[in-house]
Amino acid sequence: MVKIRVNGINYQLDVDPDTPLLWVLTEQLGLTGTKYSCGISECGSCTVHIDGEAELSCGISLGEVAGKDVVTIEGLKGRIADALRQAWIEEDVPQCGYCQSGQIMTAATLLKHNSDPSDDAIDGAMSDVLCRCGSYQGIRQAIHLAAGRKVS
Amino acid sequence: MKEKPLVQGRRDFIKIGTLAGTGLLVGVHLPNCSRHVEASHVSSENGVNMLAPNAWIRIRSDDTVTVMVNHSELGQGITTALPMIVAEELEADWSKIKVEIAPVEEVYKNPAFNTQMTASSTSVYTSWDILRKAGAMARETLISAAARAWKVPPSECYAQNGAVIHKPSQRSFRFGELVDKTAGIPVPEDVYLKKPEEFKIIGKRIPRLDTKIKTDGSAKFGIDIKLPEMLVAVVVHPPVFGGKVKSVDSQNTRKMKGIRDVVAIDAGIAVVADTFWQARLASDALQIEWEENENSKLNSDALFERWDEMAKSEGKTQYEIGDVDDFFGTDGKTHQAMYRIPYQGHATPEPMNCTAHVRDKDCEIWAPTQHQDAAQEVAARITGFDYEAIKVHTTFVGGGFGRRISVEYVVEAVQISKILKKPIKVIWTREEDTRNDRIRPATCNFMEAAIDSNGLPVAWRHRIVGADVFGQMLPKLIPSIMPYWVPRFLRNGLSGIGESLLPRVVPGKKAIKGAAPLQYNIANVRAEFINDDPGIPIGYWRSVSAFSNAFAVECFLDELAAESGEDPFDYRDRLLTNSPRMREVMKLAADKAGWKEKPPAGVHRGLAIHRFHDTDLCFVAEVSIHSRHEIRVHRVVCAVNCGIVINPKTIESQMESAVAFGLTSTLKSAITIRDGKIEQSNFDDYPILRIDEMPKVEVYTVQDTRSPTSIGEAGVPVIAPAVANAVFAATGIRVRKLPILPDDIKNT
Repeated sequence: MVKIRVNGINYQLDVDPDTPLLWVLTEQLGLTGTKYSCGISECGSCTVHIDGEAELSCGISLGEVAGKDVVTIEGLKGRIADALRQAWIEEDVPQCGYCQSGQIMTAATLLKHNSDPSDDAIDGAMSDVLCRCGSYQGIRQAIHLAAGRKVS
Repeated sequence: MKEKPLVQGRRDFIKIGTLAGTGLLVGVHLPNCSRHVEASHVSSENGVNMLAPNAWIRIRSDDTVTVMVNHSELGQGITTALPMIVAEELEADWSKIKVEIAPVEEVYKNPAFNTQMTASSTSVYTSWDILRKAGAMARETLISAAARAWKVPPSECYAQNGAVIHKPSQRSFRFGELVDKTAGIPVPEDVYLKKPEEFKIIGKRIPRLDTKIKTDGSAKFGIDIKLPEMLVAVVVHPPVFGGKVKSVDSQNTRKMKGIRDVVAIDAGIAVVADTFWQARLASDALQIEWEENENSKLNSDALFERWDEMAKSEGKTQYEIGDVDDFFGTDGKTHQAMYRIPYQGHATPEPMNCTAHVRDKDCEIWAPTQHQDAAQEVAARITGFDYEAIKVHTTFVGGGFGRRISVEYVVEAVQISKILKKPIKVIWTREEDTRNDRIRPATCNFMEAAIDSNGLPVAWRHRIVGADVFGQMLPKLIPSIMPYWVPRFLRNGLSGIGESLLPRVVPGKKAIKGAAPLQYNIANVRAEFINDDPGIPIGYWRSVSAFSNAFAVECFLDELAAESGEDPFDYRDRLLTNSPRMREVMKLAADKAGWKEKPPAGVHRGLAIHRFHDTDLCFVAEVSIHSRHEIRVHRVVCAVNCGIVINPKTIESQMESAVAFGLTSTLKSAITIRDGKIEQSNFDDYPILRIDEMPKVEVYTVQDTRSPTSIGEAGVPVIAPAVANAVFAATGIRVRKLPILPDDIKNT
């Protein structure tokens, strides 16, 4: 049995602790907003927050997050999250949308640490999350928009 | 339920009738349609009555208007663009619009291919007339119903923002209120279609309808499907193309936790478990021996060498104006070059997957697919069921780019489900996805031009060597393209004939897309194709041959401009005398980019034009070269004429997307073959463009009132030559291959 806290809910799971967190979230808990794409920590689609920081859930096992606080896109809340989602909608960022949970989760920790990031800072923080549709320009604009609103 | 045809033998086939006294039965059908779609009707669900004035529109008494979209949402924004067309003519309230992806039905086939398929950037232009008319007919039906209720002439009424209004009295009915008032109303055959200057929705930056659910994790992709008692399968495919299993030892696999079964299917060995991760781990424990296979000798480097050699002989002429032979092999000035374009992968972010449930008498499929009819056809073949017994649900699609036109993942899920009699979700690992991709063909392009005394080409020959996608793919499409009434034995028979015949007959015409006809006024042009299909699985890929051909054409033309010592814009301008539309597009891009002004220090510009289907484009790329010969693209200015713009934001997004997608192929990645295998396996060895490599993209459209043309693929072929030409401007080095890597320009 592994104890884990996801989106504020405590779970006791009878799952092999070596299982990547990604598959625990999607297959055991039905939190399918976190996405599998590479499985080798190369693309960022599976980004979640662990104790408030962005982590790749395909590269971390259930056992490693035991007792920690996990937040997925479904549970992402608060001023930063609201500002990001609103900006994402206004800038019409997603195309296919598959990577966007990873983009938003990563952007949320960026804004937590840097309330007014430059383009370079955005590129630096976001460069590990791949978007094959190329929605990058919208992501930059949406992060700027959200940053401006969150502060005001 | 009674129904009787009102009008037959005209372009549309309209049915009207009554359903248990609740309302109207009306259906707009295309010719020869009769399979699934019954005449539409008013029905009731949870106290909400619904009017279906035709196959495309569902108006409910709660005022919502649902638009049936017969294309897959791949990210291109089609589930917003097509409803905009309907809403415009219907005079609907946009805030009440909902979308449903259409089931597999005759009426929902893509008229460009006679199969329900999202491909070749056809969705908007094939839907334009149909959806406008569908919207207008529904509008007129609602107006007639309101007029009858008020006992006034319909001519005194008009529709606006989801309501019908009686002009003299200013009385109004919301659309929802009219649902029950339409019984017996004749559906007008000739309806007024709005003029572009009357558009209220088309041309506006309407936000996409699918954005919100793509920001909170609730959008459902194929990989997210979960059914009661569903098992998950990982399929181990042969390492070498076309490989077959000789023997398999699954003893250790079967002992592992969660494993339910190991089954042999056509594609390989499927490990079936309670969860993906269990199946994935257990698949590593399989001991499979594969049969010896001739394909293990395949090697892409050797293929390029072979094609270089083959390019020395004449190919089969696919397009010709004038006679180029008069100009080559004479004393006149000529210029030659060989361009080599490698294989490319799709790297869809969502790996191939499909969920299928084969029951005793029917089958259900949930798939992120671009080709619903093919999904249904393969399931019909495997199960032996009629089409009617196979239901296909199209989920959101995590990237298509042409990959999901073929449906191997559906075959696998249906085969496994048929064996195990349970709902099965097949998920390909990223590694399986990359190595079992149907890759975009590689080609060698031998270019030759004869130059007249003005420095302009008087003869142009483009000889393409490689395999044609259609040679492999058309046989696969045939069974889905055939009309539904074709019986199974005939369908299978014709498919069999197609499979043996088509690969020999088909190759050529489509392989020259983007190579000819040229936009340039050159009197003698020939495009030749030399077909050499080594058997590597190839497939459609966002713009397919246009990508490689446009690279060769636009770079080679740039070479001629340089030979002539002329500015690349001026040189093209002199050659575009017969293409005013393209000329206007090129001028727009050049003006916006400041082509005639000096770029900032260290920045160099390149330009390329391309006509994709009927869309004209010009890109200007700005690049700089940094330490260790790193190439950075800072800015891309895109000018586009795609006819009437449905949604300017979609055009911008698709151009940005084309730039990003094309830059991966231009500067980063390629698929290579060694020993009959794709060498790449994941994003570490097939890297795709990152945000810090994304240039600033500016998009400008030419205002035009012709019907909308293509946009989804149109920009992809333009970026590579624009960047390559900018690299030449920066370094003086003409790189005639892709991707352009620092090593290619290290001698600067």
